[in-house]
Amino acid sequence: MSTTIPLPRLIQLDDYIPVLGKPEVAELRALTSRLQGRTVQMVNSTAVGGGVAEILNRLVPILQELGVAIRWDVITGGNDFFEITKAFHNALHGGPYDMPPESFDIFLAYNEQNQARLQMEAELTVIHDPQPVGLIKARRDRSGHWIWRCHIDLSQPNPTVWQFLEPWVNRYDGAIFSSPEFSRQLSIPQYLFYPCIDPLSEKNRDLEPEFVREVLDRFQIDPGRPILTQISRFDRLKDPVGVVRAYQLVKRYFDCQLVLAGGGASDDPEGEAVLAEVREVAQNDPDIHILNLPPWSATEINALQRGSTIVIQKSLREGFGLTVTEALWKRKPVVASAVGGIPTQVIHKHTGLLAHSVEGTAYQIRFLLSNPAIAARLADQGHEHVREHFLITSNAKRYLTLFLHLAGIA
Amino acid sequence: MKTAEQPFQFVTASYLTRISNGKATNLAGLGEGLDQCSDASIFFHTFQTLGRHHFLTEGFSNDFAQWVLAACNRPELAERLASLDIRDYLSLAELRADLSRIVKEYNGARPLQASQQAFEPFYFCDAIEVAVPLGLEAWNLEEFRDSVEQLSHASFHYHFVASRLRLHLRTNDFSHWLVNSLGLETLAQQVNRIDIYTNTVESARAKIKTLVEKELAR
Repeated sequence: MSTTIPLPRLIQLDDYIPVLGKPEVAELRALTSRLQGRTVQMVNSTAVGGGVAEILNRLVPILQELGVAIRWDVITGGNDFFEITKAFHNALHGGPYDMPPESFDIFLAYNEQNQARLQMEAELTVIHDPQPVGLIKARRDRSGHWIWRCHIDLSQPNPTVWQFLEPWVNRYDGAIFSSPEFSRQLSIPQYLFYPCIDPLSEKNRDLEPEFVREVLDRFQIDPGRPILTQISRFDRLKDPVGVVRAYQLVKRYFDCQLVLAGGGASDDPEGEAVLAEVREVAQNDPDIHILNLPPWSATEINALQRGSTIVIQKSLREGFGLTVTEALWKRKPVVASAVGGIPTQVIHKHTGLLAHSVEGTAYQIRFLLSNPAIAARLADQGHEHVREHFLITSNAKRYLTLFLHLAGIA
Repeated sequence: MKTAEQPFQFVTASYLTRISNGKATNLAGLGEGLDQCSDASIFFHTFQTLGRHHFLTEGFSNDFAQWVLAACNRPELAERLASLDIRDYLSLAELRADLSRIVKEYNGARPLQASQQAFEPFYFCDAIEVAVPLGLEAWNLEEFRDSVEQLSHASFHYHFVASRLRLHLRTNDFSHWLVNSLGLETLAQQVNRIDIYTNTVESARAKIKTLVEKELAR
């Protein structure tokens, strides 16, 4: 006899009402009322894995439910294409570009193939990241609106790659960046869309306190003493060694514990080296918990963040820093470096505290441990800041506003 | 209960933030940027930032003051910039002139500090406003109270804060309608006196509700 397994219920817009309140959800519906039936197309290079796919997997159903006629297409390509786009990605972050000159022709050939395969007739088209940038050639006349959404930090791009991409980008009606710091001087308007988290996802949804306790127990973390946590890959740019040094300064005055949790040490030689450096500086301190977690640990990370007293993000360089967003959402006081997108999230003395050194980080942690009422106020305001700006629903609102503006409706 | 000749029509506004490419890396750069940026940018970093940070009540006034404090560590200048009250301004030109004057006075007296590199740059942005009717209207005070309770934060800010520049009056949409359509001058004044700097949207909304209910009970 077969058993029928009930399908999990898909998240719907009304599920966000307890998080946002009815008026905010009603506002999304009001904004969409003038976009009913308008056609929108999103194009990126992968359906699963990575932050862009994660966002589109939630954003597209939300816009669909609101009544936007939206479709999402994913480009295809051979290994050679994705090797080139990976090299582009690294080079746009400032790294060297070692691919042969013909790589640019291969890149464009795959874009042409995708252009022939995909239907590109929407009134509003959003192309995500460099991989499908050449699809702009599919634009037949000036009737549709084309936007390039760049999720990458372009502040210091490799000139060879950027000189190739820039003319393509300038053919769009506008470009979207995640931070002013990540943008370039372009001849087209540039818009600011913050990255976002989904409050209903496994990594961010509310958890039962018993489950949080169970996860702390599993990792032998004492819930009765202050817990300082940094969630990040074992990567030098996240400065885990600096975090341990800051903890050691705090430890002189507070009986606290440190949790360094992240991945990237098992499949990355540099990650292994960084992990070894962290272990060396930790000197077998039993109150330092170094957790090299597998990629499917979203619920455990959620629990570790929720079980923390203070969350740290002492990066030396950072993208937007979504782990900070996650911590703020969970009403955790945050001490973080003033780099990348962090100052946008951590408004100093309002939604958290910024630091610029190991000693500064330690000082701010001690200040918060000594002043729990201030820590709680910062945490509450941090939560509100995320609710207003960095949730998937805020992202949906930004897209609706962009579409209304481009279509000249409002 | 008096019925208005014209209903209050509630609108919501959503903003598309534009990156302007202008940035300041020190106080001297801030002074120059204040002279060169668009009116929309002045609006964005003063009026609109109050809406974006409606949940803060202590010591947050505008983006310029916050940057001077957090990125330049100049509390005395930050305090002067923060003390500018947008309710005193009927034009962005006047507000820009005062912001620029304060920064330049400070820089003139302390040229070394003016050229000191900030921890992070200030990026000038502006925003395109997209206003959409909510399909909600009030013909009398009771309907007004019920509708204000249903407003999103953005809608509340649009009517209560950003409206001042639209009206070119030292008042807001709510007070304007209360006095002109319902003849409730005292209530209008009381609503207009709610301090947008020391209230969150939620506490301001609650105060309006209390004031309206007192009026309804009379």
